[in-house]
Amino acid sequence: MYLKSAYEIRDKYLRKDMLPTIFCPGCGIGSALQYTLRAIDDLGLNPDEIVWVSGIGCSSRVPGFVNFDGLHTTHGRALAFATGIKLANPDLKIIAFMGDGDAAAIGGNHFIHAIRRNLDITVILINNFTYGMTGGQVAPTALKGLRGTTAPYGQFENPFDIADLAVSAGANYVARWSVFNYLQGINSIKKALQKEGFTLVEFLSPCPISFGRRNRMKTAPELLRWYQRITVPISKAKNMSPEELEGKIVIGEFVDRDRPGLIREYEEYKKRAKRMMGWEE
Amino acid sequence: MRYPFPVGKSDFIQGDEAIARAAILAGCRFYAGYPITPASEIFEAMALYMPLVDGVSIQMEDELASMAAIIGASWAGAKAMTATSGPGFSLMQENLGYAIMTETPVVVVDVQRGGPSTGQPTLAAQGDIMQAIWGTHGDHSLIVLSPSTVQEAFDMTIRAFNLAEKYRTPVVLLTDAEIAHMRERVYIPLPEEIEIVERKLPANEEEAKYPFGDIHGDGIPPMPIFGKGYRTYVTGLTHDERGRPKTVDAEVHERLIKRIVEKLERNKADIVSYETFGMEDAEIAIVSTGIVARSAIRAVKILRERGIKAGMLKLNTIWPFDFDMIEELAERVEKIYVPEMNLGQLYHLVREGANGKAEVKLISKIGGEVHTPMEIVERVVS
Repeated sequence: MYLKSAYEIRDKYLRKDMLPTIFCPGCGIGSALQYTLRAIDDLGLNPDEIVWVSGIGCSSRVPGFVNFDGLHTTHGRALAFATGIKLANPDLKIIAFMGDGDAAAIGGNHFIHAIRRNLDITVILINNFTYGMTGGQVAPTALKGLRGTTAPYGQFENPFDIADLAVSAGANYVARWSVFNYLQGINSIKKALQKEGFTLVEFLSPCPISFGRRNRMKTAPELLRWYQRITVPISKAKNMSPEELEGKIVIGEFVDRDRPGLIREYEEYKKRAKRMMGWEE
Repeated sequence: MRYPFPVGKSDFIQGDEAIARAAILAGCRFYAGYPITPASEIFEAMALYMPLVDGVSIQMEDELASMAAIIGASWAGAKAMTATSGPGFSLMQENLGYAIMTETPVVVVDVQRGGPSTGQPTLAAQGDIMQAIWGTHGDHSLIVLSPSTVQEAFDMTIRAFNLAEKYRTPVVLLTDAEIAHMRERVYIPLPEEIEIVERKLPANEEEAKYPFGDIHGDGIPPMPIFGKGYRTYVTGLTHDERGRPKTVDAEVHERLIKRIVEKLERNKADIVSYETFGMEDAEIAIVSTGIVARSAIRAVKILRERGIKAGMLKLNTIWPFDFDMIEELAERVEKIYVPEMNLGQLYHLVREGANGKAEVKLISKIGGEVHTPMEIVERVVS
């Protein structure tokens, strides 16, 4: 795989007047963004036909930095807004850039229902176990024992496994990587962007400032090493016991299937309606 | 264009059904909703009609999602609507504020029922007047219309879409369970009999660069919809004329919010609509809106028969509110009575408008029944 220089990708797709970004040193959002833009570039997609949608939080500021149509909405509601955009104009390709809080907490209901409907959308999900923008509160993805400002003694609740949830709810494509799995990450986004229905690529992403600092990992390299330690490829995980998998996060491709997407289903529904009313044969 | 209901003739239909038909004739092609009494029939009618007119009707997971979806659809170029009742309307307030902030034309129908909370699902009330005007947070403005009959529910739905598109703002059609479920004769016009307003789109690339800029001096920026190559960024954060977030710049915030509020304030003459009955020589005025206005009109007739010079002001728009008009009215009469189905919401606005020039008295009734004309008459003569 030939990789264009990062400068070339930046100059082609970012709004220069919006730079610098708001992201902290060591943040992984820029990497996930770069992979997404590289995937778009590699596939030769037309930026005029892509809309970026987001909710609230650090990752949700991404649509402001990329030179595309973009809707930066309310916390957790990105996929509900996206449902309207996609159904009103099915020609648009939609990328939702969202965080773990956005998807799994305040937006949890929108998330599972967008997947249930198989809304034609690609979700790039930044999972850093924390609410970075609001100052490091604990997220519903945080593993037990991890600290946040609202769980100063370590998280005592069970975490959501977002990828698992998405598979169960019916997504067509689900993959999870950490941001240093860059080739797998780019390839997954490319796959996701080409598929009908709901596709999700989740990235474990370092947040040294809000999250790492409170969990004895003050720098991005420390967090990356931690991700290396706690992640297990799906092929290996298959042969591991639940005890061995305790506290680990499985990475890889979880599902790749071709159920009909919402747009195709609705087109069929319209035809059925007209047939049932005797408007069409 | 083929319509799934008769046009160019009258039909005997419910208020909810009238709203659905009017929306389709107004060009609405996207409906997202969540079932709630007494607004569900709007959704059911839309579900029946939309696929037939190549529109979309979708049942979302909740009201927050419904409101979000219609905003998304509007940015994708569709005329979009949702309908709900008080409890659902409360859930929509978050994204209603987003629609105001991002100047997104959408229509929200609130079929009022008794509240607070889940209250009286099947009975009428006018308890959402304040919620419609002030329910979302921050300084803002929007348009609130209030029909009194099923025909008005039909006509005002078309007007709601036109005002939303013209002023790039959400419009709330505030009706109630009584009108929603009442069947009345409604004239459904032919499409060519209806005046339809379309939103102002950017004339060129240059205009599209300022999706939130007052480039025409009328306070209403052209709306560059998605997918046209304009690369528009829309955010609920305070943003400058180009749409760039400027969250700590006081001047930018003031300029944006004042323009959003003033674009409606300065067009009050076009937006505000009211009707008067017997106000020419009136010494007593009854100000009301919605379903209660019907009892009030009858009350005026009875009072006149009894030799009391009563008149009636029926408000078709509740917001923007014409405080000056109420003050002028207050200067001409001795007393103003405000019958309404709550403990006093319109009353606050009327009293502020009257500015002490006339005594303003509330005739309140809650519990689900509309005031009878005699109840209003008795309060006036007592």
